[in-house]
Amino acid sequence: MKPVETTSPTDEFVKGLWRENPVFVQVLGMCPVLAVSNTAINALAMGLATTFVMCMSNTLVAVLRHAIPRQVRIATYILIIATFVTVVDYTIEAISLDLHRALGAFISLIVVNCLILGRAEAFASRHGAGIAMLDGLGMGAGFTLALVCLGGVRELLGSGSLFGVAVLPAGFEPWIVMILPGGGFFTLAAWLLLINYLKQRRQADAEPVREALQ
Amino acid sequence: MNGPDSERAWPMYRALVGVGMACGLLIAIVFAGTRPAIEQNRAEALERAVFAVLPGAERRVTLILTADGRVTPDVEAPGERFDAAFDADGNLIGAAIEASGMGYADTITLLYGYSPASETITGFRVLASRETPGLGDKIEKDPAFLANFEALDVSLDETGMSLRNAIETVKPRAKSEPWQIDGITGATISSDAVGEILTRSTARWVPLIVENRDEIAARGRDEAR
Repeated sequence: MKPVETTSPTDEFVKGLWRENPVFVQVLGMCPVLAVSNTAINALAMGLATTFVMCMSNTLVAVLRHAIPRQVRIATYILIIATFVTVVDYTIEAISLDLHRALGAFISLIVVNCLILGRAEAFASRHGAGIAMLDGLGMGAGFTLALVCLGGVRELLGSGSLFGVAVLPAGFEPWIVMILPGGGFFTLAAWLLLINYLKQRRQADAEPVREALQ
Repeated sequence: MNGPDSERAWPMYRALVGVGMACGLLIAIVFAGTRPAIEQNRAEALERAVFAVLPGAERRVTLILTADGRVTPDVEAPGERFDAAFDADGNLIGAAIEASGMGYADTITLLYGYSPASETITGFRVLASRETPGLGDKIEKDPAFLANFEALDVSLDETGMSLRNAIETVKPRAKSEPWQIDGITGATISSDAVGEILTRSTARWVPLIVENRDEIAARGRDEAR
């Protein structure tokens, strides 16, 4: 990944939402994205859990960055990430057994989400704690946003509801494929198509301006 | 190890062991802190399921069925757990029994209620399943399917050792006998599996519950006192 020079703290937060969105731009962490986005509420819970883990691990990695020798850095990062995942796992189980059951094995699998290790290695180990926390928060928000975008569409078409509330008329025949694994791929493809189309159009709009300036 | 090597190794030990110990401590604290809430959630979920499968139940007692077929209230005793449910006056409503078997995707675990008075299954809840969303999970949601279990006949034959009629899953809307279950279109394997799990479990449990009925009922009177 190409490091982007950014200065303002707001920018560190906002970049995760759009310009470097972990799902729509970097296409990272696809396993939970495809598996847990069958309903909007599961997507939101998974997004928030990942955000918490990323925020905490980024902060801790940034704080300890001078004390961790290069040779053992990956092992130490995984240790830190695994700890916060375990914390999240217990917390979700304490809050709601049903939610814990719905997210199933995917909570534990946050440990191997390449997005989190990626941010620890590429960003948090080279920046201060405050900025690293903001980066984790921004990337997490972008990840959550993308998951909810997928989960919302899949739940709407697959069950006729949104966040568990029926929104489509009773006569609507749910597209079962949308809540099955295949629906995850279709929806992700549709979102990537839309976002790349919007980006290209924006670039095309900017082109004549740049030429005029030269 | 010579001097310069151990000097280089020290920061690595420090980082890994130090971080490891701090992480272990954090996990232990969170585990201890969330444990009461998690156990309470689990107990509440089980209680909700027990009361749902045994309509009219207001209290429950966890009992153990020992290997020699006796019932004991000592939950530490070796054996299989089940719950007996009673009404407000301590009269026995029935027993809630856990059973599991292979579904379409993975093991399905059920909790079902058995009423000795009517010799029927009075309801079931899925405790754990990974059936296909939208298809196989209809076994938890389909009202027509769930209606099969409001009074599913599991009466014993003259010997009191086995069921008079084994539970049978038939085609959707083909149910003609009280021991039959209407299957679900699109969830044939999952609905067959529910029938299969109940057949296997009731064949073993129902004679034992009937045999120990007085002993189980006595627990409810103790409880009401």
